[in-house]
Amino acid sequence: MNKEIIRTVELSKIYKVGEIEVPALKSVNLTINESEFVAIMGASGSGKSTLMNLLGCLDEPTDGEYFLDGVNTSKLIKNEYASIRNQKIGFVFQGFNLLSRTTALENVELPLMYDRSERIKDHHKRAIEALERVGLTDRMHHIPSQLSGGQQQRVAIARALVNNPSIILADEPTGNLDSVTSVEVFCLFQQLNAEGITIVMVTHERDFAMFAKRIIEMRDGKKVKDMMIKESMNAQHELERILNESIVYED
Amino acid sequence: MKARVILKAAIKSILKSRMRSLLTALGIIIGVAAVVVMVAIGDGAQLTVEEQIASLGSNLIIITPGTSSTGGVRGGMGTFNRFTLDDVEKIKNEATLIKGVSPLVRSGGQIIGGTGNWFTQIQGVSEDYLEIRSWGLQSGEFFTERDITAKAKVCVLGSEVVENLFPDEDPIGQQVRIRNVPFKVIGVLKSKGQTAVGESNDDIILAPSKTVLDRLSGGRFISSIQVSAASSDKNSAAQAELKSIMRESHRLEEGEDDDFTIKDQSDIAEAATETSRVLTYLLASVAGVSLIVGGIGIMNIMLVSVTERTREIGIRLSVGARASDILVQFLTEAVVLSLSGGIIGVLFSILVTYLINNYTDQVAYIKPQIVAIAFIFAGAIGIFFGFYPAKKAAALNPIDALRYE
Ligand SMILES: Nc1ncnc2c1ncn2[C@@H]1O[C@H](COP(=O)(O)OP(=O)(O)OP(=O)(O)O)[C@@H](O)[C@H]1O
Ligand SMILES: [Mg+2]
Repeated sequence: MNKEIIRTVELSKIYKVGEIEVPALKSVNLTINESEFVAIMGASGSGKSTLMNLLGCLDEPTDGEYFLDGVNTSKLIKNEYASIRNQKIGFVFQGFNLLSRTTALENVELPLMYDRSERIKDHHKRAIEALERVGLTDRMHHIPSQLSGGQQQRVAIARALVNNPSIILADEPTGNLDSVTSVEVFCLFQQLNAEGITIVMVTHERDFAMFAKRIIEMRDGKKVKDMMIKESMNAQHELERILNESIVYED
Repeated sequence: MKARVILKAAIKSILKSRMRSLLTALGIIIGVAAVVVMVAIGDGAQLTVEEQIASLGSNLIIITPGTSSTGGVRGGMGTFNRFTLDDVEKIKNEATLIKGVSPLVRSGGQIIGGTGNWFTQIQGVSEDYLEIRSWGLQSGEFFTERDITAKAKVCVLGSEVVENLFPDEDPIGQQVRIRNVPFKVIGVLKSKGQTAVGESNDDIILAPSKTVLDRLSGGRFISSIQVSAASSDKNSAAQAELKSIMRESHRLEEGEDDDFTIKDQSDIAEAATETSRVLTYLLASVAGVSLIVGGIGIMNIMLVSVTERTREIGIRLSVGARASDILVQFLTEAVVLSLSGGIIGVLFSILVTYLINNYTDQVAYIKPQIVAIAFIFAGAIGIFFGFYPAKKAAALNPIDALRYE
């Protein structure tokens, strides 16, 4: 059995909008182990993003506990929260969230700038390595507006990778991308997962969820399904198939 | 993070949004430059006035007829006991704490001579007058006690009179007719510029007091008595002495009010500096307004960019920046921007004052403390509006900062 990375106990989140309370997450219990590849699915408004933000320490729960890599995060102060985000989590957003007017390389270096442990000496070299892993070394001096959506998302993934996090969390990473580019991103995720990196991602499309090894389904803020996939789809094969099809179509 | 890294990041960030940085700095540049230049012009004017007052004569004391009440309002000027040469004679014989004394007989009129005619004021004075006023001669000589006793028809011209009557020739030895009385020109005064109250000290003709009394003003009364104290620290003692001499001369009983007023430079200076101080205040308030306008400009730009910057802060927080990291970054940015804007503003104002001093007849003088005040004020505005929104954003949850609209 692999090591436990994530465990939530009765995790709940209630948003307050003026007088109205919106219960977005209701007592979710969830355990995720090292080197898992989990897809979270569910209808719009079912609480997927809310859960991801809590797992990513970007937001604080209203109730319940969250253990990340053995640490009880509900007992942490703000600065320790920041350190956890920096050291243990790589977050990939649907909207990329790259710094504008800042090169790909500088964007990838950003988490290293806030690394107080200073375990990585050569920021430059390390960032280039991360860009190599996502296959973007030829574009590292470009700024986001000079990159395609898929390339921007790969920069964001390189940024998530650069600090060697315990886990990569991706909230609809392909939501803004076309299907070919999306499959390319899943290729990258499968590759990283094969290297032993734990990945949790949200997706709307069942086809894409099949690239993962486990599917969790949410409904009305609750976890309603949690199942292992016996045989995941291989994104590399899928990509080749789509490309062949489009060539046929062009003829 | 090391200070060098922080500074580098701040400068990078400033250069990244050139337009925003430029506009912010511009607000500070204009604010600082406006304040410094405006106040420099005001201070320059004040300085000019002070210099002119000093040139009135270092120990000058002026006695005028009429009382002055304690409140400074003069009453009954010239209604009784006007001055005569006897008063001057008595001061000359009895005063011990003075260097010189001269009557001042004012007259005026048409001067004909040289190339044409000119209308100016004629002052009848004694041989001590030049020294009393600390004036100098450009050429020729001044009249002597003998000229006065003899009621000689000689005169000394101010430089402006020379310019108008003798533009191309040496006036010394020439004749001018003052109200039809022929006078021989024996000297020319050095140019002195304007007086504190704005009249020209150069548009003037000096002649022996008795000659002017006899030939021009027609009477025995003189306008005022001008005295110079032996030294500036004897000034008040000399004034007391003059007071008792004048009271005796006018036969005033014990308890009777003075029928004359003794003034020294400080009284005159006060009136003149008061005028220029009003000017300085006026200019300073104009400058203050431009500083506020500049400040509002900075504020606007900073507030407009808050959305963009809040997202940036959200991104930084989400990859592990602490609130303190964000604050240090934004504070450094604001300081670098304000400082460079302030420096450019000061350099700009130095350039402008240089131009004013060299290409206009205004004088501008930059006081270091004004530079400091403008600098600090503009800097504080820049820093506050650069820093305060960042402080608010850094306190948010990363996800709220990312969602900010
Ligand atoms: N900041 C917020 N303030 C108030 N309510 C919120 C906020 N964020 C989300 N909600 C509400 O919480 C519920 C869950 O939202 P969430 O964003 O987690 O859904 P989701 O599953 O990610 O949906 P989607 O697939 O559309 O992204 C929704 O009803 C939403 O309206
Ligand atoms: Mg969502």
